[in-house]
Amino acid sequence: MSSTSARSPSPLSALSPMAARLLSPLALLALWQAASATGLLSERLLAAPATVASTAYDLVKDGTLPQAIEVSLQRVAIGFAVGAAAGIGLALIAGLSRLGEHAVDPPMQMLRALPLFGLIPLFILWFGIGETPKIVLLALGVAFPLYLNTFAGIRGVDGRLGEVAEVLRLSRTELIRHIVLPGALPSLLVGLRQSLGIGWLALIVAEQVNADAGLGHMINDAREFLRTDVIVVGLLVYCALGLLTDSLVRLLERRALTWRRGLLN
Amino acid sequence: MATRLAQLVPAAQARGLTRAFAGRHVLDGLDLRIEPGEFVALLGRSGSGKSTLIRVLAGLDREAEGAVTTADTVAIAFQEPRLIPWKRVLDNVALGLRGPGARQRAEAALTEVGLAGHAGDWPLTLSGGEAQRASLARALVREPGLLLLDEPFSALDALTRISVHRLVLDLWERHGPGVLLVTHDVDEALLLADRVLVLDGGRVAYETPVGLDRPRHRDHPDLAPLRAGLLRRLGVVNPEETV
Repeated sequence: MSSTSARSPSPLSALSPMAARLLSPLALLALWQAASATGLLSERLLAAPATVASTAYDLVKDGTLPQAIEVSLQRVAIGFAVGAAAGIGLALIAGLSRLGEHAVDPPMQMLRALPLFGLIPLFILWFGIGETPKIVLLALGVAFPLYLNTFAGIRGVDGRLGEVAEVLRLSRTELIRHIVLPGALPSLLVGLRQSLGIGWLALIVAEQVNADAGLGHMINDAREFLRTDVIVVGLLVYCALGLLTDSLVRLLERRALTWRRGLLN
Repeated sequence: MATRLAQLVPAAQARGLTRAFAGRHVLDGLDLRIEPGEFVALLGRSGSGKSTLIRVLAGLDREAEGAVTTADTVAIAFQEPRLIPWKRVLDNVALGLRGPGARQRAEAALTEVGLAGHAGDWPLTLSGGEAQRASLARALVREPGLLLLDEPFSALDALTRISVHRLVLDLWERHGPGVLLVTHDVDEALLLADRVLVLDGGRVAYETPVGLDRPRHRDHPDLAPLRAGLLRRLGVVNPEETV
């Protein structure tokens, strides 16, 4: 009977669900370590987990990794700030007036059809190989998801609330501040998460093309010397930074959209 | 005295009001006058232009032709409460209020509709009746000379509706705005209003004063002939006549 089989304790049921979910990744890690130790997996193809860990420790200790992270984070911060300002600013212009929409939306829709990373050769010709093309690539990647989502968010605000504003005799500034912007905020935050994802991707691609500092530079350097351990450390750091910014946005969402919680509870 | 002067100006007046949508005249030369402090109910079949008239008086429809004057301050409670979901209940009531003490006035208005304990709540956590009372508070805190009620009771359950009816009468007696209540419920109109109008063919086709003291009971014998007359005007055959 099914009830008896449900009652018989399986070895897994003693663990919390969280711990149970950790089992298979840990097993894979052990398998990877074993394959490396027995020579089945060559160091040239992929370094052993233990080697990666000790390399990470060394890289932190000698200051290579913190410095690389600092350079890359700075690139992301500048590129993101420029892209976010442009994306949100243009969405406000397009969203808040018909004239603005006609002026801004058609070129934005055309430009977003361009493959972002296909523009790299042009950017190198225009801006050389310094910081500028990296920042521009990042900013472009960040700007479009924010533009599209914020614009859609502004236009999606319930027109009946606009009528309330009219009856309450709110000024245009008050209408924008109390109704339009908060109403567009959920969409804007969706755009923010998308644009951060694209932002990190753009950083990685930009740093692969050429860089004399930063995480990409560290990884490229490691390739020259067949240091797969350093490459893996670099990838893991990209990973962690991406997850970190994503959880920051989620935190922001929870704080800014508390009014929705009534709906969920 | 300012109040005396205000008594001379109607809460709302429309002359020859016409509004067409795609060539169809929804309002067609409508005349209407609501005295200061008068409670008027407007009945009509769906599509008869009730909501259009409300929207014109609220200033939400500027395409209408004809002469319209209203009191300086016009407030409206919509069929759906239309609270701003990302503003707490008190901030909804205080929205757009000017001058000193705006917050205190909003708090007083919430207390008046029995929602003092919900000032800090999000609108999405309110029940239908609570949300509609918050919407009434938001309208009345502006001390309007004309209060427009666009079927604000129609989405409420029967028990809640009775208590909100009482609340509206209370508030009306205390603040004395001219009221235009749009409804499709003949009994509701007879229970609340000084005068009941029927909108048909884009004009006020019929009107009857209701001279009874409040609170009224729907079984009051004097209401029966009024009800029969209104139902006949609305195209509903009076059951007493068919027997």
